[in-house]
Amino acid sequence: MIFRRRYGSRRFALVTAVAVASASLVLAACGGPAGTADNGQGGGQGSQEAVDAALQAGGTITYWTWTDAKKQVEAFQKKYPNVKVKLVNAGTGDEHYTKLQNTIKAGSGAPDVAQIEFFALPQFGLPGHLVDLRQYGFEAFGPDYAQSSWAISHVGESLVGLPQGPGPMALFYNKKVFDKYGIAVPKTWDEYLAAARKLHQADPTKYITADVGDAGFATSMIWQAGGRPFTVDGKKITVNLADEGTLKWTSVWNQLLSEGLLQPSAHWTDEWFKGLVDGSIATLPFGNWMGGVIDGLGPKVKDLWRVAPMPTYDGGKPVSAEHGGSAQAVLKQSQNPALAAAFLRWLNHEDGNDLYIEAGGYPSSLEETRDPAFLDKAYAAFGDQKINRLFDVTSDTVGEGWQFLPYQTYANSIFGDTVGQSYKNKSDLNAGLKAWQDALVDYGKRQGFEIDGG
Amino acid sequence: MKPRKSPLLTGVMAIFLIYTLVPLVWLLISATKTQDDLVSTAGWELGDTFALFSNVRETLTYRDGIFLRWVGNTLLYVVLGAGGATALATAAGYGLAKYRFRGRRAVFALLLGSIAVPGTALAVPTFLMFSSMGLTNTIWAIVVPSLVSPFGLYLIWIYATEAVPQELLEAARIDGAGEIRIFTTVALRLLAPGIVTVLLFGVVGVWNNYFLPLIMLSEPDLYPLTVGLSQWSKQAAGVGADPIYNLVITGSLLTIVPLIIVFFLLQRYWQSGLTAGGVKQ
Repeated sequence: MIFRRRYGSRRFALVTAVAVASASLVLAACGGPAGTADNGQGGGQGSQEAVDAALQAGGTITYWTWTDAKKQVEAFQKKYPNVKVKLVNAGTGDEHYTKLQNTIKAGSGAPDVAQIEFFALPQFGLPGHLVDLRQYGFEAFGPDYAQSSWAISHVGESLVGLPQGPGPMALFYNKKVFDKYGIAVPKTWDEYLAAARKLHQADPTKYITADVGDAGFATSMIWQAGGRPFTVDGKKITVNLADEGTLKWTSVWNQLLSEGLLQPSAHWTDEWFKGLVDGSIATLPFGNWMGGVIDGLGPKVKDLWRVAPMPTYDGGKPVSAEHGGSAQAVLKQSQNPALAAAFLRWLNHEDGNDLYIEAGGYPSSLEETRDPAFLDKAYAAFGDQKINRLFDVTSDTVGEGWQFLPYQTYANSIFGDTVGQSYKNKSDLNAGLKAWQDALVDYGKRQGFEIDGG
Repeated sequence: MKPRKSPLLTGVMAIFLIYTLVPLVWLLISATKTQDDLVSTAGWELGDTFALFSNVRETLTYRDGIFLRWVGNTLLYVVLGAGGATALATAAGYGLAKYRFRGRRAVFALLLGSIAVPGTALAVPTFLMFSSMGLTNTIWAIVVPSLVSPFGLYLIWIYATEAVPQELLEAARIDGAGEIRIFTTVALRLLAPGIVTVLLFGVVGVWNNYFLPLIMLSEPDLYPLTVGLSQWSKQAAGVGADPIYNLVITGSLLTIVPLIIVFFLLQRYWQSGLTAGGVKQ
């Protein structure tokens, strides 16, 4: 357990000033949007005084997340008895974003703090639905996080969230299966392809991995291959799903697909989980949080799995990419954004992280990920391999400059209708990606973006 | 007359029977497995441990027993929604069948039109309307739309026309009974099979309703079983995944039990309703 007293002393000193500050804060909060007035140009560096004052003043905030955050909320309320946090699991993934979008459109009913995955941050951040946390001085936290997750928590200049559970990719592999068939851990994607062939030939019920087309996975793989298919500059968007990096990925994945080397089960189905236990899915190039998920599968996966860095395309320096990963954000609709920001700070920058680790999550702050106790934690499913030591390195190798579309949830929702068809017919993925691109350009134009279709 | 037997028909019905029962059997078998056994044994074999009772216990207590809360919500929505819809449909259907008044034909046209519109298509407009009325995320967002049952109204209308003889009503009037009394003492009894049928459709409809509560509610404390179970099922994906398929499956099993009970209880009324008027008098 790590105790942080970074703000403690200052907060204590503030107590006397609080009466005055909270009075003005209440006025500001009643004014609603006035509290966020300095958002935008020039509002770059605020201070955390308003946040500390809000904590003392107390109040009620609502937090939407699908993580099991009950213990976190309880601990927070114990520390700040004036604050009541209403924890709501409004749904997972698409459902969650649809509801957020609905409440924003309806003008009421939105939570104060919401969990938003990295890919969806621009969708809510770009139209200004999220509070720019720089106004509370949170930009100063930058050095406390891995560069990759910090960069992706920004939309334009604005800091729209604090990262939780970032997901630099690593290669999870089933050691028992690899040993049985004499397969070495692949260092390059060519070796990965060779391993896939060898394994499936030796036992047709075994596959190197499972994939029936998953937008989050595909974009991460393109990211890892060096592709940057989406660029967003205000209202100007470029979509190019045939850039060099994307083609590198499809050149490998097309072969896996056309030769029938991908197990046809969708990620997260019970069939897929079954594959992770019985060895029919031999590897997962996935976000590092998958370590906690595999370890949570129980005694049947004990000692089965190991982790290695992602294979590369050129055999050179390792490269990773973000896969999954979330941030917590404060919504503009919040009646008490300073208090919401205070909860956010505690959740992803202070003690909240400890409880997140306890629940099997991979935390975001470097202070946690570089804590010797965390680095040396042994995981039974991984034969007591100290996987966090590897992840600490992979988060430094995430390729820079990736951007998501400001309508990425829509984009991901039509992935199955376009690229998914290539998966279904075992045909050229590039054709599917072209269909995806056309649909994305078309949709973006109708949304009023200036789009360059690559 | 001896009923004729058709081997072909019997065969076809047998196939349908198997088709209906197979998922139920799978559900029953799966509900006896632990999460570990679910992902490591084949669908039709039993798991290493018989975990039905511990699954039920865990389903009822997981996350502070929110499942029971969902059962309560579903019952509330069924009683208010399906019960209210049946009462409204009965009163309106009887009135339209037995009284002549201006605009009756217009109501008929409107009714047939609204049967043609699927409820799913109305969900989003209903959401926007309820949102501007401040009713989203309340129980009324589920109950009020359920009260409207064009099909039930139509059914009662037709049924009342056939099953309540005009002569009987006139006889009652001559005896000096008021319209309300005629409705409650004479008509309601004759309408009972029709009412039960509408009620049954309503109960099943509200019990299985998924899309409307999905978009209307964001508070798990208000969820009906359908939305709650789907949330559990989706919890298995992504960061901090918590695969609890054993609870989802056991919960599904528990969810259909009340429906089966309702069917058995109401079945005889329903059957007599369907065959009413089927014989020459």
